Amino acid sequence: MFTKSDVLETIQMIEREHLDIRTVTLGVSLLSCVRDSASATAKAVYERIMQKAERLVPTAETLAREYGIPIVNKRISVTPVSLLTAAFPQNSVEIALALDKAAAELGIDFLGGYTALVHKGTAAYEEEFLKTIPEALARTKRICSSVNVASTRSGINMDAVQTMGEIVKETAERTKEQDCIGCAKLVVFCNAVEDNPFMAGAFHGVGEGDAVINVGVSGPGVVQHAVHDAPDAGLTELAEIIKKTAFKITRVGQLVAREAAKRLSVQFGIVDLSLAPTPVRGDSVARVLEEMGLSVVGCHGTTAALAMLNDAVKKGGVMASSRVGGLSGAFIPVSEDAGMIESAANGTIGIDKLEAMTCVCSVGLDMIAIPGDTPASTISAIIADEAAIGMVNAKTTAVRLIPAIGKKAGEEVRFGGLLGRAPVMPVHGGDAGKFIRRGGLIPAPIHSFKN
Amino acid sequence: MRAVVTVTGTDRKGIIAKVSTFLFERGANVEDISQTLLGGQFAMIMMVEVPEDADLVFLSKELDELGKSIGMAVRIQHADIFDAMHNI
Repeated sequence: MFTKSDVLETIQMIEREHLDIRTVTLGVSLLSCVRDSASATAKAVYERIMQKAERLVPTAETLAREYGIPIVNKRISVTPVSLLTAAFPQNSVEIALALDKAAAELGIDFLGGYTALVHKGTAAYEEEFLKTIPEALARTKRICSSVNVASTRSGINMDAVQTMGEIVKETAERTKEQDCIGCAKLVVFCNAVEDNPFMAGAFHGVGEGDAVINVGVSGPGVVQHAVHDAPDAGLTELAEIIKKTAFKITRVGQLVAREAAKRLSVQFGIVDLSLAPTPVRGDSVARVLEEMGLSVVGCHGTTAALAMLNDAVKKGGVMASSRVGGLSGAFIPVSEDAGMIESAANGTIGIDKLEAMTCVCSVGLDMIAIPGDTPASTISAIIADEAAIGMVNAKTTAVRLIPAIGKKAGEEVRFGGLLGRAPVMPVHGGDAGKFIRRGGLIPAPIHSFKN
Repeated sequence: MRAVVTVTGTDRKGIIAKVSTFLFERGANVEDISQTLLGGQFAMIMMVEVPEDADLVFLSKELDELGKSIGMAVRIQHADIFDAMHNI
């Protein structure tokens, strides 16, 4: 049984502290859709998505009403498209267009899986597929793309890293009329996970079942409020408070995930225990860190505070759900977090501090606008640095950079909605071009002799 | 099924009567009522038993309308969300 104060606490979390289910994502395997041409495959893909996801949006809306909890996004992730088009990779955009059409008709805002997994080597068909990414992102509205270029077990595919620097740049060029929005839908991963429900990096891994529901919970505002209510708590006590809060948040995710899977007659996959900010006031991870005792996010101490927050969220969440997965942790996308935007705009936080923070939290350099004239080799070098952090620390890292074409440091790109706005941040000078052009594979790290 | 109806806002006369009548007309049985303050505002919590075949989505929309007509926020939520969050 629950008490009167439990009821009020829940109402308060939802209505004043922005507790919500950030995403209910339906993962769909498309392996059965492979045909002997791109157009036939595109047709099969469209039909399968329309059939499998037909009831996704209405079901999520019903659950939101019944439980009185907002479900912000309903999304779809699919089998990496590069696997579907191996026989005709240069025509992969046809599949993107079919997926975009299906998503639009189903009322889905983003569909992820225009993806290639090339961490140990890039096959000829994958090389061709990667070249189609800028066009696919320029010609569609809802499609998200990701490429896994590295893993702890196999090392970093530096040829792919070099290519992705160029692909990111070209995607920015092709979508420059809309503030380079294509790059907001393109993620370069190390240790990509197969069951991530969050965009833009979601795809349905080949190890997954036929169709599966993955749910991402959120609630930085709830954690911020809990921390605010304990101004004199020591850090041990604060960690306990965050754990308890994360437990409650995750239980809602578990309830919705289980029920959504049941009603859609698909497998319940995982709950992703992430603190995912939005640009809305009171929904910021940066503000949680500041509430913990930092005068401003980005100052010394930020990495330690983030490490503790990230760990406490996981510990509370793991207890609350029978199946945990995805990226699980605190997200620090610059453009989507009011506190991060503020610190980036006034120079309190820079790309170096953000890189350090990615060593201890979920994901990586996320939604960071950089000057439009940044060379592709520098973008590749940033990707390589971030992949190295992921590879050595056996964690997922990602890079989602927006080269702001025609803009310099101090200016801004604006996407609106959940993607927010990003101040253009300076990158370092110097040139890693020779290092990047060497190509080959950075070997996987040894996991003994840890220092 | 068990559900929780909550009403929040500035206190007015006759709110309990209005919400109770509404629920009674739809076959719901009010099992417990309590009142308190939430952030300085009036808050009423009703534990109700709703017929198994009741459409909670429809009821919720109707209660939205009722809330608007009396200038308060009125919600109905399946009790499972509170059980999930507050019980291990």
